[in-house]
Amino acid sequence: MDRMSKHWFTGGVRIQDIIEVQDLKKNFGDIIAVDSISFTVKKGEVFGFLGPNGAGKTSTMKIIACVSPRSSGTIRVFGMDPDNYPAEIKRRLGVVPQETNLDPDFTCYGNLFNYSRYFDIPPDVAQKKTDELLNFVQLQEKRNVTVEKLSGGMKRRLILARALVNDPDLLILDEPTIGLDPQARHLIWERLKLLQSQGNTIVLTTHYLDEAARLCDRLVIMDNGKILVIGSPTVLVKQYVGNEIVEVEKTTEVLACLDSKNIPFEIIGDSVQIATDSSKEVIRTLLDHCSPKKVLTRPATLEDVFLKLTGRQLRE
Amino acid sequence: MITQPVWSIPRITRLAWKVWHRNLVVFFRTWKVNFFPPLIEAFLYLFAIGMGIGTYVKEIEGIPYVNFIAPAILAIAVMNSAFFECTYGSYVRMYYQKSFDAMIATPLSIEDVIAGEILWGATRSVLYVIIMLPVLAAFGVISFPTSLMAIPLAFLGGLMFAGIAMCFTAVTPSIDTLNYPSFLLITPMALFSGTFFPLTLLPALFQYIALGFLPLTHLVAIMRMLTVPSLTALLFLHITWIILMTAIFCIVAINLMRKRLIV
Repeated sequence: MDRMSKHWFTGGVRIQDIIEVQDLKKNFGDIIAVDSISFTVKKGEVFGFLGPNGAGKTSTMKIIACVSPRSSGTIRVFGMDPDNYPAEIKRRLGVVPQETNLDPDFTCYGNLFNYSRYFDIPPDVAQKKTDELLNFVQLQEKRNVTVEKLSGGMKRRLILARALVNDPDLLILDEPTIGLDPQARHLIWERLKLLQSQGNTIVLTTHYLDEAARLCDRLVIMDNGKILVIGSPTVLVKQYVGNEIVEVEKTTEVLACLDSKNIPFEIIGDSVQIATDSSKEVIRTLLDHCSPKKVLTRPATLEDVFLKLTGRQLRE
Repeated sequence: MITQPVWSIPRITRLAWKVWHRNLVVFFRTWKVNFFPPLIEAFLYLFAIGMGIGTYVKEIEGIPYVNFIAPAILAIAVMNSAFFECTYGSYVRMYYQKSFDAMIATPLSIEDVIAGEILWGATRSVLYVIIMLPVLAAFGVISFPTSLMAIPLAFLGGLMFAGIAMCFTAVTPSIDTLNYPSFLLITPMALFSGTFFPLTLLPALFQYIALGFLPLTHLVAIMRMLTVPSLTALLFLHITWIILMTAIFCIVAINLMRKRLIV
């Protein structure tokens, strides 16, 4: 409770949102990386940023993390402006960067302990916390191993632990599970769920739509520096795609038939996808009139929303 | 977004010492590899140049040749340790290890990080001099207690060379191009700054160039005043020159680094 009151009542004013962003812009020369985005992140929320490569997710994360200045717009983190109070904000942040930047000159234990020093954490507290965190990410038996000898998954886990040395009020995760095998991803997810249940606020970017659907309370889909949609994963799926997707093998008969029945569809490779709220009716129509070869029904996912909004062409 | 000019005074906090501390911890963890080179270097110079060439040269300006080059060995060590630490060492930490990115995600600012690296470069110079002094003392080529002043002088000289090095690190496109300042600036400086022969042997123009533009010249001059000892009022002129250059290069280095890393 002590911690709460310290953070939530500054000067008698109650701060509602952890992050408030209004018309945020970021240019790199002529390139507009972030184009007038606005959003707020509430306490205790897991808030996701989805988007193709170059959508502006990482630029946004860096502005929030006070390591990259904005070009225009307003941003408040814990009610403070990153331009004026970077150290005060950063003291309460935990950051998992996209690139692994553990210190190769130290062991697992050394990485966490040394990082604690940057936050002015007293050595005895840091020792205890380091041990606790090594257990938390299941790296206790690797404590005296240099980081070069760790697998990719272990390195990501250690970075997650490192982001927690200062008991952050806000965790910023840029592609937390990038390049990991399913086992390692599940372990990270489980740990993030646990952190969320303890009331932590988490902002994350990801390419993995299942990850976003699983973890995020709310998310935005970004493309070309703009926010396309904002909302909870289930609501977004319902709103933009529907409940279910019927997939049929693409034949000229099927296409003609769907056209004649005025059923909207999308062609992806050699299959036809029909988004619908009542798959039974669609299937009945198909079977009765279109003589389809293969039919398959599946629940609509965030991936369908994502592809619908951002298109299917490849991004570099 | 405000772009600060290269001469603006950076805001550095006490957190810079955290970066210094990190490097110190790593240095002492690998102390065996770190303590050996300065010891060997002192011996090598003393034997090859001091005893070797010294057999023929005997003395310069009334000083035995080995005693003449002893302060140069110290000054060159100050230059090399700070310069190479803040070029190759800092570049590896910045570019390959991404350590600076990790550090600025904490309350540390980029100014703190670079200041910490420069302070560490200077500290390395001090450590090298501390290791070399007993060797030179054992050979009886330096005088005490004035030679002890070489230790604080190493810190000042180290700061200057660390600042110069960091300017190159801030603008270098790759680690390979750091070879240019090493060969075009550091090596000539080690030879032509009144190190192994007096400056007065050079043509007048080169003497002026050396005094005006080669920072090592001033460091060697002060070092020699301390180890011979032969203190004169010129000491203050040399010290002033070094302090001025140190301030300029350190300020410019921090601003250039900020420009490179904060986008």
